[in-house]
Amino acid sequence: MSRSLLPLIGKLWLFAILFFLYAPILVMAAMSFNASPFYQLPFELSTRWYQQMAGNGQILSAALRSVGIAMVTTLVATALGTAASIGLFRYDFAGKKVLMVLLFPPIAIPWLITGTAMLIFFFAIGIGRGTPAVIIGHVALALPYVIVTVTARLSSFDITLEEAARSMGANSWTVLRRVTLPWIAPGVVAGGLFAFAVSFDQFVVSYFLSEPGDSTLPVLIYTAIRKGFTPEINAISTIIIAVSMLIMFLATRYSRFAGDR
Amino acid sequence: MSAVDVQNVTKRFGQTVALDDVSISFEDGGFFALLGPSGSGKTTLLRTIAGFHFAETGAIRIGDRNVENVPVEKRDIGMMFQNYALFPNMSVADNVGFGLRVRKVAAAEERRRIAEALELVQLGAMAERRPSQLSGGQRQRVALARAIVTNPKVLLLDEPLSALDKTLRVDMQIELKRIQREIGITTIFVTHDQEEALTLSDRIGILKDGRIVQVGPPREVYDKPVDAFTAGFLGDANWVPESWLSALRLPQPANGHSFAVRPEALSMAQARLDGMNAVAGRLTQRVFAGAMATCLIEVEGQKWKLIARDRDIPEITGDGAVWLNWRPEDTMAVRA
Repeated sequence: MSRSLLPLIGKLWLFAILFFLYAPILVMAAMSFNASPFYQLPFELSTRWYQQMAGNGQILSAALRSVGIAMVTTLVATALGTAASIGLFRYDFAGKKVLMVLLFPPIAIPWLITGTAMLIFFFAIGIGRGTPAVIIGHVALALPYVIVTVTARLSSFDITLEEAARSMGANSWTVLRRVTLPWIAPGVVAGGLFAFAVSFDQFVVSYFLSEPGDSTLPVLIYTAIRKGFTPEINAISTIIIAVSMLIMFLATRYSRFAGDR
Repeated sequence: MSAVDVQNVTKRFGQTVALDDVSISFEDGGFFALLGPSGSGKTTLLRTIAGFHFAETGAIRIGDRNVENVPVEKRDIGMMFQNYALFPNMSVADNVGFGLRVRKVAAAEERRRIAEALELVQLGAMAERRPSQLSGGQRQRVALARAIVTNPKVLLLDEPLSALDKTLRVDMQIELKRIQREIGITTIFVTHDQEEALTLSDRIGILKDGRIVQVGPPREVYDKPVDAFTAGFLGDANWVPESWLSALRLPQPANGHSFAVRPEALSMAQARLDGMNAVAGRLTQRVFAGAMATCLIEVEGQKWKLIARDRDIPEITGDGAVWLNWRPEDTMAVRA
């Protein structure tokens, strides 16, 4: 293969990937502004579906619930995950490697299986279905993302800074607040944003763990599609995508993927 | 300011004995160097005094307080680290003021003491800079100001100058010595640089394999090393071959000792001089280095080294046969 051809193929490949990734989303976003309910062209700009969606109490309450759950999940997962990262960074203890390995299956195991397992388990121990169960599930799913992000940031942290602070008389709480947290803050913020996104976009686990009539936005969308598709779904989906992409954009800005300075 | 006293301290890391029954006293207001090769336990000793490690056995006193069970933050120490360890997210003034804020010193007092400390290290103008905007030497000074601003009982320095280049290092040595004199703080300084230890300290402790080998003023440790390790570690030592011993005047008692001479105590001549100790050898190499010169002489198959002012070394002609003379009192006796 000639030298000039290879980069060309690479570029085409990249464009193909981006095309199949984003074209459907763009079509959906476009259709959410099209007046016709049957995707008919010519395109006629209209905010009809957004208005209709805004009047739909079910969608709004599901959206509020989703945001609420995502916020609680973010707070809990970020606090736990940051604490875990610092603990894993600072201390060597028996079983540390095993623990670190155990943190990652939630990323690798299909959500369908995690969801089923959680449902069975939550019923067995009496938590059952409902918003608390959804939050616990989301925290469990979001935790590894927080730990990975914060740990990446911590890897560039110089532990002698903590020693220096202690030598000057700072107790562990002051060291954490004044020295360690300021350094890892970007990682913590990025981890929190990932946690929010994981929770807000979560369908499978939410579907299993939420009670009927108490669904989150993705679950509501799924049920709505099964009943019959309306362009309202395009409208709400476009909003979700915009929010998610904004969050991911912020998260990657803060974490810069590798946790460099 | 206080004396520091370490009694029978033992510290293990797993199977490794890092400190093996170490006892050593640091006088109030003294400048003390802990010197040893890497792995000798000098840093462990410093960090045990600081409180980053807890010793398994033994007692540590700072001033009149037993601190062996006191955590770092309550020991009232000042410490300087090898990599400076300045807080990157804080200005120079905030770095220096950290210990004061932790101690809840009033704001006006805090400002005054920060200014004072920065003045002492001649960085008054840099208060608002970030550490990243400073040169290596300046960071060093900030770290020093930060370590002394709280008036700690003892100043602990963990190879603080090893990251600096040679010229800057000498400047900082002088500076460090001046500041230490000025505030009179008990200072313990870890280094693997022999010259630095000899230049800076009033007393040197030499460590090897987790044990204290010798403690004393620099001159004494240099001139009267107790064993072959110290003799060779603090400078070069030329070992007198056994076959020559009977022809020399030796410090008594000579039994059970080996004898060595420092390279700078030797003078080279084509004859044996009266009243001097001397060995015969053959000059193999003469290395000119400006003011000084180094000669390598083979004595009974051993390599001897002579260091002297170049103009004081005579030209040797012929096959290089020479006599190396030295004053009998310059003969060092060390435990064999």
